[in-house]
Amino acid sequence: MPMSAPAIDIQKIATLARLKLTSDEADLYQAQLGKILDYMDVLERYDLGGVEPTAHAMPVHNVLRADESRPSFSRDEALSNAPKSSHGQFQIPKVVE
Amino acid sequence: MSLANETIASLRRRLAKREITSSDIVRDIASAIESKNDTIGAYLSWDVDAAISEANKADTNSPLGGVPIAIKDNINVTGQPCTCGSKILAENYRAPYDATSIKQLRSAGAVPFGRLNMDEFAMGSSTENSALGVTRNPWDTDRIPGGSSGGSASSVASATAIAALGSDTGGSIRQPAALCGVVGLKPTYGRVSRYGLVAFASSLDQIGTLTKTVEDSALLLNHLCGHDPRDSTSLNEAVPDFTSALGRDIKGLRIGLPKEYFISGIHPAVAASAQAAIRQLESLGAHIEEISLPHTDAGVSTYYILAPAEASANLARFDGVRYGHRTASASDILDHYFSSRAEGFGPEVKRRILLGTYVLSSGYYDAYYLKAQRARTLIRRDFEQAFEKVDVIISPTAPSPAHKMGELKNNPLQAYLEDVFTIPANLAGLPAMSVPSGFAEEEGRKLPVGIQIIGKSLDEMTMIRVAHAFEQVSGLAHLSAP
Repeated sequence: MPMSAPAIDIQKIATLARLKLTSDEADLYQAQLGKILDYMDVLERYDLGGVEPTAHAMPVHNVLRADESRPSFSRDEALSNAPKSSHGQFQIPKVVE
Repeated sequence: MSLANETIASLRRRLAKREITSSDIVRDIASAIESKNDTIGAYLSWDVDAAISEANKADTNSPLGGVPIAIKDNINVTGQPCTCGSKILAENYRAPYDATSIKQLRSAGAVPFGRLNMDEFAMGSSTENSALGVTRNPWDTDRIPGGSSGGSASSVASATAIAALGSDTGGSIRQPAALCGVVGLKPTYGRVSRYGLVAFASSLDQIGTLTKTVEDSALLLNHLCGHDPRDSTSLNEAVPDFTSALGRDIKGLRIGLPKEYFISGIHPAVAASAQAAIRQLESLGAHIEEISLPHTDAGVSTYYILAPAEASANLARFDGVRYGHRTASASDILDHYFSSRAEGFGPEVKRRILLGTYVLSSGYYDAYYLKAQRARTLIRRDFEQAFEKVDVIISPTAPSPAHKMGELKNNPLQAYLEDVFTIPANLAGLPAMSVPSGFAEEEGRKLPVGIQIIGKSLDEMTMIRVAHAFEQVSGLAHLSAP
């Protein structure tokens, strides 16, 4: 698939990213992202087909711990930076109608 | 002379002899900050009372006992702000916990003091992307200190800190260190716990040090490393005494110069000081050998696909629910998210979140993200092959000395290309450090430049050994900005 292909649907991306953009911002970012992604064509120079992808620099896998509960934040500590809290819970706008 | 001008090593000697107290040091630093921070702007905040109170309780028998260390504002220290240089956390976030690295420094007796400016969420190489303040290069206040740990580097360079912690994802410790004439060290990925470091790109981020000397970086590193069960990427490797790498000769050590890094585009003073450094290392008995890292060209594009992708996931947590900025009036839950994030994040952060979201999105994942992960493998293999023939690799740290403020403002891509020498070590997870190697002269001002030493995975010892040997003959240890 060609990399510098169709125009970026910046509003769709912004929606996925939960970012509200003004129309000026949308134009600016669309242009800037386009330029940056064009540069990524550098990767086309390399034969990457058979190469294993690296997700992590160091081979550390499946790090687990015993399924035992242990102390963590108290409720007050957890709520200490809440923009809005009530009855010992984080308060947010209604999610379900 | 102000104690703020001293090193960790010299202060430890004086503290042990009871010549000075820890609160003496805090007070001298506070004075220095009060007189210089308006111009340099390294600090976003500093709590003298809290530091004095901790200093008074410091155990001067501990290895770092009584030494204040300034902290980049993306590392959580209980009760202190952790703005990440962003409006989204600037209002009233107070850390409810200590990062593991802070816990370890405290166990060694150090006193965290001060919160340092940075590019917002560590995204940038100039600290101009901070939403909360301007930081200037102490060597020329019309120029950038580098980034994203610009506050860390400039505080050490201006003697408003003894030493500082920073974080490095694509060069954010090493590049500002080079631009400010200090020593910047990034350990092997996984050596230092990331628990409590606000995540930018989880497979690349590492906490590290900004110090006046190589010795100080070894002294700090001893207490930052170690396995942490709270960080699942933390390595279970023994921590050597890095100070035993100091003062050792480098006869017969094999130093590799990657031909792809010594290119025509770099600033003449950068090239000249690198060549001079190489000759000095040769005179110390090291064997210099040209090597090739053939996939170097793929580094910037690989990084600027992977890092924003990881960032887009890591920054999803800033949703105005549990902490951080919340929009004043949202029509519904979605509007709450959209507006809180739009109001709180700055342009570079938005740009990278959008870029990261795009390269991970359906239909583009294979073309970009997966491709970049494959390129990352090739970059890693380049180093593995090179390290079969050499013990360390040396290059310039940055292609030029510090730019003027505003020079790269409207050209994000150009700014990204400046990271070309530092990015590969993050992609490969290798330890790397920058030490001052000389000066450029621009418009009658001396601007520091640095060389980068990259070590084999887990071999900070050899890297520090070479850095120290060079520092001792370079005449560039413990530089003071005029």
